[in-house]
Amino acid sequence: MSDGDLTAILLTLRLASLTTVILLVLCTPLAWWLARTASRWKAPIGAVVALPLVLPPTVLGFYLLVTLGPQGPVGQITQSLGLGVLPFSFAGLVVASVLYSLPFVVQPLQQAFAAIGNGPLEAAATLRASPLDTFVHVVLPLARPGFITAAILGFAHTVGEFGVVLMIGGNIPNKTRVISVQIYDHVEAMDYAAAHWLSGGLVLFSFLVLLALYALNPAARGNYRG
Amino acid sequence: MRRLLTLIILLIAALETHAESTSVAVAVNFTAPMQKLAAEFEKETGHTVAASFASTGKLYAQIRNGAPFEVLLAADDETPAKLEKEAATVAGSRYTYASGRIVLWSAKPGLVDESPLKAGDFRHFALPNPRLAPYGVAAVEMLTALKLIDAVQAKFVLAENLAQSYQYIATGNAELGIVALSQVIKEGRIGEGSGWIVPATLHQPIRQDAVLLSAGRGNPAADAFLTFLKSTKAKAVMRAYGYDV
Repeated sequence: MSDGDLTAILLTLRLASLTTVILLVLCTPLAWWLARTASRWKAPIGAVVALPLVLPPTVLGFYLLVTLGPQGPVGQITQSLGLGVLPFSFAGLVVASVLYSLPFVVQPLQQAFAAIGNGPLEAAATLRASPLDTFVHVVLPLARPGFITAAILGFAHTVGEFGVVLMIGGNIPNKTRVISVQIYDHVEAMDYAAAHWLSGGLVLFSFLVLLALYALNPAARGNYRG
Repeated sequence: MRRLLTLIILLIAALETHAESTSVAVAVNFTAPMQKLAAEFEKETGHTVAASFASTGKLYAQIRNGAPFEVLLAADDETPAKLEKEAATVAGSRYTYASGRIVLWSAKPGLVDESPLKAGDFRHFALPNPRLAPYGVAAVEMLTALKLIDAVQAKFVLAENLAQSYQYIATGNAELGIVALSQVIKEGRIGEGSGWIVPATLHQPIRQDAVLLSAGRGNPAADAFLTFLKSTKAKAVMRAYGYDV
């Protein structure tokens, strides 16, 4: 394995970990709201959250490139804040990965929250628990399997992403050249031996992740595809 | 009755000319001229062409794994030579059908020479990955010849292919970069944005080779297509799309 491969692996792990942490923080309130609300916005927001499941990554990547770019609306904002533009940077990859893996974290959480039902919440309320207290001591423990599923799927899906990072990454070593892009380069350059090492490693890794998911959390079996 | 007879004669005549079909694997950068060439070829010979477009690296992998392509129009000269060495081609059929030219391109107007490169007033410089694309190799050679490689390398954004390099620059994410002349030429000059056509003296020629693959052995349509590619008419089409022939 070359230095380039190792750099790509470390970068991918860094990206996937950071993305997972951000997603868990963002998605917990969002999923809670989606699970509990009777608002008429529930359906449209749920649909927007699920969009990355359906869209080809190239579509997502292309729109990110255009909107985050110097002429795009988000690009204008980041520039006026003095942050520069996001494409071709690690921060840009994190933003893209968060969007791309969003449904894989929101949906398991939403289902876990919905499965709790009203009973435990009402019981906690009669014992004068504050809403925050209820959430921390009742909801979070009950939704633990959902959190495990969400974290594993979010992490694994980010490791496996390709089309989006290829589009907005610019293939810069140690900044945006993740494993999938490195494998793609090996294949395109006809260096099949190097491609096999990394690809085989990724197959093994993916298998172990899914094995862990199913072993830790039998309820997830068959519900999701990574 | 007479009509039926005419029809039968026409059918026999059609069989006589042996209209065949051939499948051609084409490097992505040659997409636009290929579509034009295929139409001309079909009109001229009655044969039909099915063209598949992908990067040369992908086409190589597909050919080595049994894809039924009969002719390869590559973006480089190494891949056809490699296939020849691996006995996947018809010996003696390989030749350079066109040479590519690179353009230093910007989506903004006013770029006419290499001075913005020297001024260094840009954050990102897009180019096709030199590990994968001969056009990227030529870009690096050009920067080396201009003694700008050290300054510009830190700003490299590597595109997977020419189309992505174009996209990075067209969306303004990279202020400057390298594309193929064939991508930006419109009626003999640079259409959108502005660019400097890099003098061919600043890089090695970007030879694009064609070769008859083993699957095409004995197919008259495949032979006819390679012959057509060498015709004056075909060369005029390639020149109009910014290739040296």
